[in-house]
Amino acid sequence: MLNKIYDWVDDRLDITPLWRDIADHEVPEHVNPAHHFSAFVYCFGGLTFFITVIQILSGMFLTMYYVPDIKNAWESVFYLQNEVAFGQIVRGMHHWGASLVIVMMFLHTLRVFFQGAYKKPRELNWVVGVLIFFVMLGLGFTGYLLPWDMKALFATKVGLQIAQSVPFMGTAIKTLLAGDPTIVGAQTLTRFFAIHVFFLPGALLGLMAAHFLMIRKQGISGPL
Amino acid sequence: MHRGKGMKFVGDSRIPAAEHRKPNIPKDYSEYPGKTEAFWPNFLLKEWMVGAVFLIGYLCLTVAHPSPLEKIADPTDTAYIPLPDWYFLFLYQLLKYTYASGPYNVIGALVIPGLAFGALLLAPFIDRGPQRRPSKRPFATGFMLLAVASIFYLTWESVATHDWEAAKKQGQIVAESSVDKESDGYKHYKASCAGCHGNELSGGTGPKLLDTGLSPEEVAKIAKEGKGNMPPGVFKGSDEELKVLAEFISNAKTK
Repeated sequence: MLNKIYDWVDDRLDITPLWRDIADHEVPEHVNPAHHFSAFVYCFGGLTFFITVIQILSGMFLTMYYVPDIKNAWESVFYLQNEVAFGQIVRGMHHWGASLVIVMMFLHTLRVFFQGAYKKPRELNWVVGVLIFFVMLGLGFTGYLLPWDMKALFATKVGLQIAQSVPFMGTAIKTLLAGDPTIVGAQTLTRFFAIHVFFLPGALLGLMAAHFLMIRKQGISGPL
Repeated sequence: MHRGKGMKFVGDSRIPAAEHRKPNIPKDYSEYPGKTEAFWPNFLLKEWMVGAVFLIGYLCLTVAHPSPLEKIADPTDTAYIPLPDWYFLFLYQLLKYTYASGPYNVIGALVIPGLAFGALLLAPFIDRGPQRRPSKRPFATGFMLLAVASIFYLTWESVATHDWEAAKKQGQIVAESSVDKESDGYKHYKASCAGCHGNELSGGTGPKLLDTGLSPEEVAKIAKEGKGNMPPGVFKGSDEELKVLAEFISNAKTK
């Protein structure tokens, strides 16, 4: 039955080459921890992707309860944390995932760096990877404000002050992020929400697609 | 893939007819050196097992440490000591040093992080040699080790110098009180006690006065004679007012 459905779709769309490009390839010996245990260092990138998927899923569930305005944001998080079934687990996974993804990405970056895997012809993939790192830091910074509790507000104030200290365009950057040159308030929260939920994830998905496309195109770098 | 004259298509589409498609047969394993393994499904299953072990640890962490939530943001609280999330601590700590803050703020906020992250971004164009082993490219390895050591050191310093007990206290969620702010008792309280015990009776320099369990007589005695760090004679009103105040504090409860 499944085969018949596959054939019916394949006859119209020719999906076999697509499938072959995504999944049907060989994994070389030197990256396989089953053959060389030290190859576990190659797992960090995959684990980063794994946590990213968890972050997207848990974030989708969080937005079912979260309200991005200064009157209700904290109340909705408090409700989610204390009243909603499994709310504490979903928020906990998003909270700890944000830290774990930074750790895994840091380890992945160090692995690629110390193996010199960014050298020709893989320069572009390294640049895209570092951009993913920046986007992740941006997601961490904007997500920290959303519960609208004391530490969120004051950490964001400090972060925006640092952005403001950039010469010439500091105030413009701060206004773009916070919605006002001086106030950190209602508009800041909605902007950070929009950046955290739409702008940065959009950029992240595009960059990750480029990252994976280049890996499949170039293959993984050879053993040292 | 062969394109152009002679190709047969499905209907009028650009999908080639079945006999012109690439065969769905992956390359033979013998064409690859070493012990290769098919990604799908063999290797992916192993990866998933690593992922599952990781997921268990992740869930244990989540269950053991519920994510923190401090009290609702109050922009008027000027005494709050801010702290960013842990992975920004090294940048935050950098701004505390003399030549990276105040008049030199641009150095700490822009020049040093800009150089470090800029170098990271452009690493393949800086470290251009053909060598890949860390020992064969001492500058790249050395600078990266230096950067990692600095990040660890700055984060450590930031954690060590932060007053964690004060931080825990300043953000605590305070239970809302059901005090009637229109009552006479609250007016006397506001005049004499709120400075130390807080507008919500939730405490400040002095302890909180909600759910004290004290009788009005005991409250009146403390208000006149003091207790612990509280000096005597803080309450300056008449005896009649003291009685109203004592009743009020004795009955103050959390919601």
